[in-house]
Amino acid sequence: MSDSAIEVDGLRKLYGDTVAVDGLDLTVRRGEIFALLGPNGAGKTTTVEILEGYRRRDGGRVSVLGIDPAVVHGKRGTSTDPTARRWRERVGIVLQGTGEFDELTVGEVVTHFARFYPGADDPARVIDRVGLSAKTRARTHTLSGGQKRRLDVALGIVGRPELLFLDEPTTGFDPEARREFWALIRDLARGGTTVVLTTHYLQEAEALADRVGVITAGRLIAVDTPQRLGDRDSALATVSWRTPEGSWESAQSATPTALVAELAARFGGEVPGLTVSRPTLEDIYLSMITT
Amino acid sequence: MRLGLWQGLLEIKQFLRSREQVMFTLAFPAILILVFGSIFTGEIGNGVKFTQYFVTGMIATGLMTAGFQSLAIQIPQERDRGVLKRLLGTPMPRWVYFAGKVLMVAFIAVLETVILLTVATLLFGLDLPDTGAKWLTFLWVSALGITACTLCGVAFSSLARTGRSAPAVVTPVALILQFISGVFFVFTSLPGWMQNVASIFPLKWMCQGLRAVFLPESFGPREPGGSYDLPKVALVLGVWCLVALVLCLTTFRWTTKRDG
Repeated sequence: MSDSAIEVDGLRKLYGDTVAVDGLDLTVRRGEIFALLGPNGAGKTTTVEILEGYRRRDGGRVSVLGIDPAVVHGKRGTSTDPTARRWRERVGIVLQGTGEFDELTVGEVVTHFARFYPGADDPARVIDRVGLSAKTRARTHTLSGGQKRRLDVALGIVGRPELLFLDEPTTGFDPEARREFWALIRDLARGGTTVVLTTHYLQEAEALADRVGVITAGRLIAVDTPQRLGDRDSALATVSWRTPEGSWESAQSATPTALVAELAARFGGEVPGLTVSRPTLEDIYLSMITT
Repeated sequence: MRLGLWQGLLEIKQFLRSREQVMFTLAFPAILILVFGSIFTGEIGNGVKFTQYFVTGMIATGLMTAGFQSLAIQIPQERDRGVLKRLLGTPMPRWVYFAGKVLMVAFIAVLETVILLTVATLLFGLDLPDTGAKWLTFLWVSALGITACTLCGVAFSSLARTGRSAPAVVTPVALILQFISGVFFVFTSLPGWMQNVASIFPLKWMCQGLRAVFLPESFGPREPGGSYDLPKVALVLGVWCLVALVLCLTTFRWTTKRDG
């Protein structure tokens, strides 16, 4: 068994004359949480939907859990190939804003989806994991936006997938719900699930991802850990402090420790208002997509 | 197999829980017969009440509403909401979705027909078929008719671009068919060209087949073809089943246009 869950080589996708994905290369290792970042229209969702077997591609090689998703897609997107079905059993998908089953309860929907998978998890346990136990008997149309999203996640994980796709999973979550959700995703990853996540929240990518990839204009322009992306770890640090006159001063330094020591000597002890910071993931990301 | 039954059960549950749908779909044919039974109190001839004639149209309309209209509207809406896309992403065998719809349609069709016949019998003295052969005809005409309508509904669902436009696309079609197929008027009183147009579509043949059940044998010669011509009823409905099935298999869309 290969140690990559996903291998993409020179992926291309055209919409008419527009190139949506332009020679994208990507490898996602088994068991890792991989975050795809990129502005709207950069080709993130298109790429992910090709990997999910929802769209056809126009070029390149793609392997997801050892299978070409084009086989799963089939001629009209509805392959009845048994290989396709077995592959679907191993892949969990949480799309952006997917359809609700308005008049059914949370419990009924999750229980029904569990029937699709041979190795499904216990529906009650899944509902509990996404924090919807109190809503088990509620009709889905009465759920709040964040609760609906959690139901989406429940339906994505009820089949105990090896690989889970999450397309902007925490849009509409409050901060507390987002943290609970992160804990759930970490828990899944600890259990061996590979997670591919697209998100607009840099903080989310930083908190969750083992590696992040940045897509712009249909290409993957950088892949690294959140700590090292765009040479973030070796970027100049910014040291700021307050002068005895009361104004603020700051300096960029490749050797901030030395600078702080010097300041400490100059002030004879505590440096008032001292901060030392590196660029945030967001700073790095924004500089990448604007250049 | 079990999965199909479960899917059907959930479809029926969803239907029963949306109150407006239950009211309109189940009661519609019964309301129609209330209106028609109250307006046309007379006889159509030979001691046969008008109700006896119109009930056939109401049954056929009910079957068409349950099979054709409801699916041709519901499926585009589910496609728009992404329900179909979500199901496509699961290992659920594709036929299960359709099995669920078929079971729901069958459930609605049986229930609304029973309600209609009960109302018509109690309030307007409808005479139910009195021979086993007629009940058998009733059964196969209804079954074949609802099958044709269901398949047409699924095939038609690919026509509406969005869920919101679906009712606008479907309702006029259904309404016009009702007017030209002898649901609201005695078929033979319609202009000849209209009868010819109606003869292309299943609803006219469903009505005709049902007239063989609810009207006496002696009314056969009053049909446009000089008899109830059940073999032709079976033939036309069967052809519609086949054509619609081919359309379903070749044109059904799980995702919206913008989903590529």
